[in-house]
Amino acid sequence: MFVIGERINGMFTDISQAIAAKDKKPVQAMAEKQLSAGADALDLNVGTKVPKAERAQVMQWLVEATREVTAKPLAIDTPSLEIMRLAVAAASAKGSAIINSTTGQQDKLEAFMKLAKEFNAGIIGLAIDEKGVAATAEAKVEIGMRTIAAAMEAGVSTENVYLDPITLPINCNQAAPGIMLETIRQFKLLSDPAPHVVIGLSNLSQGASERGLINQIFLVMAIVAGLDASIHDPLDEELTDAMITAELLLNKTIYSDSYLKAYRQK
Amino acid sequence: MTMLEEAKEKWTGAINEVVIGATKAEGGTRAAGVTIGGDKSLPFMHYEAPIKNRPIVALEVWDREPDDWPQPLMEALGDAVKSPVAWAKKGIEEFGADLICLKLMSTHPDFGDATAKDAVQTVKAVLAATSAPLIIWGCEHDEKDNEVLPRCSEAAKGEKCLMGVVTEDNYKTLVASCIADGHSLIGLSPIDINIAKQINILVMEMGFPANRIVMYPTTGALGYGLEYCYSIQERGRVAALSGDKMMAMPVICMVGQEAWHAKEARAPKEEAPDWGDEKTRGLFWEIATAVALLEAGSDILVLRHPAAIKATKDTINKLMA
Repeated sequence: MFVIGERINGMFTDISQAIAAKDKKPVQAMAEKQLSAGADALDLNVGTKVPKAERAQVMQWLVEATREVTAKPLAIDTPSLEIMRLAVAAASAKGSAIINSTTGQQDKLEAFMKLAKEFNAGIIGLAIDEKGVAATAEAKVEIGMRTIAAAMEAGVSTENVYLDPITLPINCNQAAPGIMLETIRQFKLLSDPAPHVVIGLSNLSQGASERGLINQIFLVMAIVAGLDASIHDPLDEELTDAMITAELLLNKTIYSDSYLKAYRQK
Repeated sequence: MTMLEEAKEKWTGAINEVVIGATKAEGGTRAAGVTIGGDKSLPFMHYEAPIKNRPIVALEVWDREPDDWPQPLMEALGDAVKSPVAWAKKGIEEFGADLICLKLMSTHPDFGDATAKDAVQTVKAVLAATSAPLIIWGCEHDEKDNEVLPRCSEAAKGEKCLMGVVTEDNYKTLVASCIADGHSLIGLSPIDINIAKQINILVMEMGFPANRIVMYPTTGALGYGLEYCYSIQERGRVAALSGDKMMAMPVICMVGQEAWHAKEARAPKEEAPDWGDEKTRGLFWEIATAVALLEAGSDILVLRHPAAIKATKDTINKLMA
């Protein structure tokens, strides 16, 4: 599993305060904590408190702060093409970047794929288009297909493409997780080599009780369906243990008595 | 005509590179060190990734004359078996081995119970007699090894030897010595991939660097579980190439020891008249085992018969060409 740590996000108080105080230290500490917990990449999101006009500058600052402590891939989490370009360029100067994300409208796909090609970046394609969030597996897969086609057109290898079926809160739509699982299975059949499939896990339990349990169980179910990347909190030890164990039970890793420790020593 | 594209596997991991032997400039006295590992593809898949370091061949040398080795093997080795120094010298100069695997058999309580002091003398004498890198192998009696090997490690400090063996139940003493004296380590697991991984984790938890560990997953000879050993090694290699860093250690195989255990290798002509010339039968058994394990992804093959060393090295040359 390719884990993208979600904790550097202005939605969290500690990061939001660090942004307001222009204090790099809490951001860098959070980067290091997530990486030592096993994160393969770090998501960067300025959050909603930063005024729109300042977001480009704050994102640049987040990239700069994080790059001072790691060369691991940085997932630039913004819908703005302009901010994306600046931040991807900055992140790619030392390591690689992941575009998080593009939606499935043709013009957006073309613009973001061009950027992915230019910087040899990963790119997350959401199952959203001009009609909004695709509700059925068929509609999600159709957007996935368009995303793959746009990647091929732009010369972006499918190994750099991450399809996201879109996670909705369980207390809003209880049929959604089942549809997601079906979508994940079908996404993996879209090309050879198959695209990666990623989810923004935490959204599933937004506003629900038993958040940890819901996240854990669904992550395991999604891994069985073919999920190979996830944006979540790697500091959640129980979630991480469940993920490692799921991969072990699927024979994707080799057992040893200290297999949980082995993952964290990687 | 359309050309079909070659189907190439894209691996994300690589086998660790381990250096055995240190030159004067590096703090030792060897003429040159030898590097193993570094593969980024399955064995000899040159078209997937260039193979940086070829597999190497060590001669198994004991510190006492073996008393149950078959006649044809003893004849091929000659009088050298009476002295580890002469044996090691001949191994490098005449037989063409890349390095020596010195087994301190005489320190075993059942095979002479030689002291740590004796063992240190032997190690020093062998180091002085040849300038090739050295593997130092205990007698596999835990208590005795824990007494003898730290002293040998200290005596060979700076030479970057490869020392063995550690097991899941007995590793702390030798790990500490190898950290202090700069040697690499062999982790033994009984044809069990889970235990092989566990030993690597335990050893690394003590702060031992990954690029100084070699795995010995134990070897089976032709006819005695070789296929199973092959599968285990291959599975470990696939896991390592897929990114499992706890399996990314190069592999050593005790080929001679296992092949010469087989009754097909040992039986004299009068016992097995239909099995062919006993002079070459054991030798062929050793070569067949060695070549199969090369293909499984072995990085160091420890052999006994001089002609097996030559044949295995010839095969490596062909596979590398």
